[in-house]
Amino acid sequence: MISARGLHKSFGDFEAVRGIDVEVRRGEAFGFLGPNGAGKSSTMRMVAAVSPVSAGELRILGLDPATHGPDIRARIGVCPQDDTLDLELNVLDNLYIYGRYFGIGRKELRERCDQLLDFVQLGEKRHAKVDDLSGGMKRRLTIARSLVNRPELLLLDEPTTGLDPQARHVLWDRLFRLKQQGVTIVLTTHYMDEAEQLCDRLVVMDAGRIVAEGSPAQLIRDHSTREVAELRFGPEQHDDHEQIAVRVADVVGDAGRVEVLPDRLLLYTADGEAAVQAVMERGLHPVATLVRRSSLEDVFLRLTGRSLVD
Amino acid sequence: MSHSTLAPRLADYWLTIYRRTWKGTVVSSFVTPLLYVVSLGVLLGGFVEADPARLDGATSYVDFVAPGMLAAASMQLVFSQLTYNVFGGIRWHKTYYAMTATPLGVADVVQAQVGYVLARVLLGALVFCLVLAPFGIFASVGGGVVAVAVQALVALAFATPVFAFSAWISHESAFALLFRLGMLPLFLFSGAFFPVDNLGPALSRLATVSPLWHGVELTRMASLGTWQAGPALLHVAYLAVLGVVGYLLAVRALTRRLVS
Repeated sequence: MISARGLHKSFGDFEAVRGIDVEVRRGEAFGFLGPNGAGKSSTMRMVAAVSPVSAGELRILGLDPATHGPDIRARIGVCPQDDTLDLELNVLDNLYIYGRYFGIGRKELRERCDQLLDFVQLGEKRHAKVDDLSGGMKRRLTIARSLVNRPELLLLDEPTTGLDPQARHVLWDRLFRLKQQGVTIVLTTHYMDEAEQLCDRLVVMDAGRIVAEGSPAQLIRDHSTREVAELRFGPEQHDDHEQIAVRVADVVGDAGRVEVLPDRLLLYTADGEAAVQAVMERGLHPVATLVRRSSLEDVFLRLTGRSLVD
Repeated sequence: MSHSTLAPRLADYWLTIYRRTWKGTVVSSFVTPLLYVVSLGVLLGGFVEADPARLDGATSYVDFVAPGMLAAASMQLVFSQLTYNVFGGIRWHKTYYAMTATPLGVADVVQAQVGYVLARVLLGALVFCLVLAPFGIFASVGGGVVAVAVQALVALAFATPVFAFSAWISHESAFALLFRLGMLPLFLFSGAFFPVDNLGPALSRLATVSPLWHGVELTRMASLGTWQAGPALLHVAYLAVLGVVGYLLAVRALTRRLVS
């Protein structure tokens, strides 16, 4: 569906995307994970055939966006980061008018609009003004709009950024259904839980480059340990974090490691409970401990030395 | 872009937008010409005792000023439709981004919006002329019809350059400049209200650069039935060239904004 080789994007002197290779196969859900400024959105705009490629090769649905932009855009759905809904039009008209841009016949389009509004649970709101919708509803309407041409490939740029937890779960549920229907989904996110929930495969991007690639489970296996023990010490001991790290370095075993963050220590180890136990036995008394499974956040921290969400 | 235009796919969008606004415009499109023709044409015109030889063939001031007002109104409608609306489509509402995420290209978007504005101008001109007709302005019915049709050309000559300007600028404050230093002098000094000869030789030559002057002259010829083939062709060519050059600039400016 998407094939990129040495893909670059520059804006003047600034290189947003610095040579990435990506293959997305039909029917999979593929994610670009990375912090703000990693080059995810620039990549997505090139894939959406609205931003020219600076260097490298890009094929979408087997077509070159430089020469077949309109043909590509006719077959994909795009859900941009900011909702570009038309505030002058009501909910139904936003869908209907957008469908007309694809040249869909009026009768057929009316049926599709009804189906899509039901799908995103906005049937009751069909005549509401867009301005009166909640953030989650607007995002769902944008997704419905991106589906109006029955796209083979759906691009979602930060689909749940700025939404409350409940609205996110509703959205994830809809996207999961689309995936089950066989729609190829490509999304960007800086939420690791979102990537874990939705993506079969993903790449981790940092500063315009791909730093890792694989399924969420595989990435965690390759770049992190099974478990993580988080140790929080009182504020008076924050300055001693480095010292404490040295004292517990051997607790985590050969495969593990210790990460020092401003507010806590992370012990990467196969057995978190045992590590906490061992720390206690050395006379250290963290004010709070938490043992959890490794997540993509840990993978990102490992690969870049930085947190995803600052 | 090599494909044929997809601009007709935007027809439903602009019809929907028009349906939302037409009620607000319908009253003003009847009342405005009436106010103009009564105040300037009849009442002010009552004081104007100009030599008919200097009124481009009009026999009274109201006959002289009415076609001028028509062309000026066409210009004003274009400015009102293609300034903040274009800027807002890029910066505030991002409607153009949504449009060009589909098979539509930048050229389709420009063509459709300019087409919409031309239709609005034609409709406004039709109403304007229907209001003016009882005042005996037009030499013939045919002249009135041609005067309306000419407004499409006047509108085109302004629409595409104004579109280009609105897509080009990086801050909306530039519009204040456009209105005060662009539209207002054009409105006042393009021969709509007095013959440009009154400006003196140097300034009157400058006035002939004004697209509105060409539009006013053309509209007046149609309205009074005083056609002269040579000058008429020159006016048409001038306005058409502006329209085409403006179109190329508008597509370029909007592409620069949307495709990066």
